[in-house]
Amino acid sequence: MSDFPRTPPRYSATFTPAVNAEIRRAAATGIYDIRGGGTKRHLPHFDDLLFLGASISRYPLEGYREKCATDVWLGTRHAKKPIHLDIPVTIAGMSFGALSGPAKEALGRGATAAGTSTTTGDGGMTEEERGHSKTLVYQYLPSRYGMNPDDLRRADAIEIVVGQGAKPGGGGMLLGQKISDRVANMRNLPKGIDQRSACRHPDWTGPDDLEIKIMELREITDWEKPIYVKVGGARPYYDTALAVKAGADVVVLDGMQGGTAATQDVFIEHVGMPILACIPQAVKALQDLGMHRKVQLIVSGGIRSGADVAKAMALGADAVAIGTAALIALGDNDPRWEEEYQKLGTTADAYDDWHEGRDPAGITTQDPELFKRFDPVLGGRRLKNYLKVMTLEAQTIARACGKNHLHNLEPEDLCSLTIEAAAMAGVPLAGTNWIPGRNGGW
Amino acid sequence: MQTFDLGKEGLRALNSSLHALKGQTNMTAWEVINPKGAHAIAAGVDAPVDITVRGSTGYYCAGMNKQATIRIKGSAGPGVAENMMSGTVIIDGNASQYAGATGRGGLLVIKGNASSRCGVSMKGIDIVVHGSIGHMSAFMAQSGNLVVLGDAGDALGDSLYEARLFVRGTVKSLGADCIEKEMRDEHYAILEELLRKGEADHKAKPEEFRRYGSARKLYNFNIDNASSY
Repeated sequence: MSDFPRTPPRYSATFTPAVNAEIRRAAATGIYDIRGGGTKRHLPHFDDLLFLGASISRYPLEGYREKCATDVWLGTRHAKKPIHLDIPVTIAGMSFGALSGPAKEALGRGATAAGTSTTTGDGGMTEEERGHSKTLVYQYLPSRYGMNPDDLRRADAIEIVVGQGAKPGGGGMLLGQKISDRVANMRNLPKGIDQRSACRHPDWTGPDDLEIKIMELREITDWEKPIYVKVGGARPYYDTALAVKAGADVVVLDGMQGGTAATQDVFIEHVGMPILACIPQAVKALQDLGMHRKVQLIVSGGIRSGADVAKAMALGADAVAIGTAALIALGDNDPRWEEEYQKLGTTADAYDDWHEGRDPAGITTQDPELFKRFDPVLGGRRLKNYLKVMTLEAQTIARACGKNHLHNLEPEDLCSLTIEAAAMAGVPLAGTNWIPGRNGGW
Repeated sequence: MQTFDLGKEGLRALNSSLHALKGQTNMTAWEVINPKGAHAIAAGVDAPVDITVRGSTGYYCAGMNKQATIRIKGSAGPGVAENMMSGTVIIDGNASQYAGATGRGGLLVIKGNASSRCGVSMKGIDIVVHGSIGHMSAFMAQSGNLVVLGDAGDALGDSLYEARLFVRGTVKSLGADCIEKEMRDEHYAILEELLRKGEADHKAKPEEFRRYGSARKLYNFNIDNASSY
């Protein structure tokens, strides 16, 4: 019998070792898995798009001689003081609480040196961040932790957060390990509790109320500040249209690749849409309303390189925001801490238990001993370098497409590698003029 | 007394004039006539000014108020005194939903009834309601005092943190993690002061109230409490 070949062990494609491990973990603990970051599943993304480049029908621009501008104005619709950024890559909202004070300082330093904005998060505005950010966007969240009119007035823009890509329809979560004295004081909560941020705003419901809320915030700030409305990528056509109707100056659209400080893994992986599918719907809403480029669109969720920036802008975005990539630039998940990641049962580039506050890199923690490891000046310099590289990369592509401004990139500069990407992005499959779903409804 | 005709001069002119008072220390008196339910009346004021609104207001009257005393001689729409920092807001009539939402300081007095979600997510404000309050009031309330001379609707104090809730009448139901608590001397003292400040000391006595607060069982997630959420 032993001479006969045996059927080799065969893993189920449905019950994979990872799936089984999660079943065992759930059975042992009785609680869902909580983690940070964005979705880890494979999704149609910017990698599924390519630029066509110039040829006989279009002239390229000379790489080191001819100008390709990168600046962007945000908030030109209603604000007396719209924002002007040198580059269209902004830093997304991340809270003090989720991040350490030095990490927030580094984000401000890096963004300012690169000529862009950074954004507060759930937990209020810190002096580190305000002091080191030339342009700071102040988030107006359902929890209203730390909310006050003085910070509203010293912000450069206000971002009303309706949702985020990692968890559209979900609130925030900051577990007790990270509720230090300072965090508890800023949020007016007892130290050490598991803090839950509400999923809905406490004093408005629906688009008609939102319009009045935006008006109130404009009145409080004497109509000076651009008002953004941030939504998670779920129903981007309608959400964008309703935000515009409510009076937003800027719509911020976050796909499901966007990160979070902490939420349920099932939420991160199973709710929301990839950013590739979101952008064309938001752009269509703006175009249908005659507001494209008048109400600016910032997109986020999985932006990693200048190529991603260029592709998002070619699809119609005015700017992008980065969160996860900014943390990695600062030093998050760096292999230099591998030994410590191993002790936590994980490995560099896979560490996502940010909610536990034991980040070896000293970024997603409130432990003073851990965040001593992080140098905000060096972190800021690394972020600046990264932002500069992204900008140079996007310019390289734009020049190759014959564009003297990143905003001149257009869907016609793109082709898709997969049928899925072609359908979602509304860009023809490479080598064809086929966009699935077009002429047959979308 | 300066009189401002909102119908003629408009909201922007009113709020702009009130914001320009920032930094002044003299108490001045303003009267706003013809409010006609306009939204965001006297929002964002930061001065020790006395403002009387002669009529009913729309959403977010006195939003984020600092220092000012704002009297509404009518009823108030949703979100009156939302996120108030300090000062006093007194409403002669009723208040709609979310009165005093997320308020961080100051005193809100509602002489009529308040609708649902009164004191939602309150963070230090004191609220005195002469009448009754609607459902889901003091939801996720973090700190401050809510005093209700009448009754409270369903799910009072759901998921609340350290806010103190004092109700004289009946409570239709308590929300998750909200329980009745013992009245101690310090609570009678708080009530006595708030009833006086809230112009209600002639209507009720501290010993007529019951106190509600957090059982603190949901402060840290425990799977055994999952059915409470």
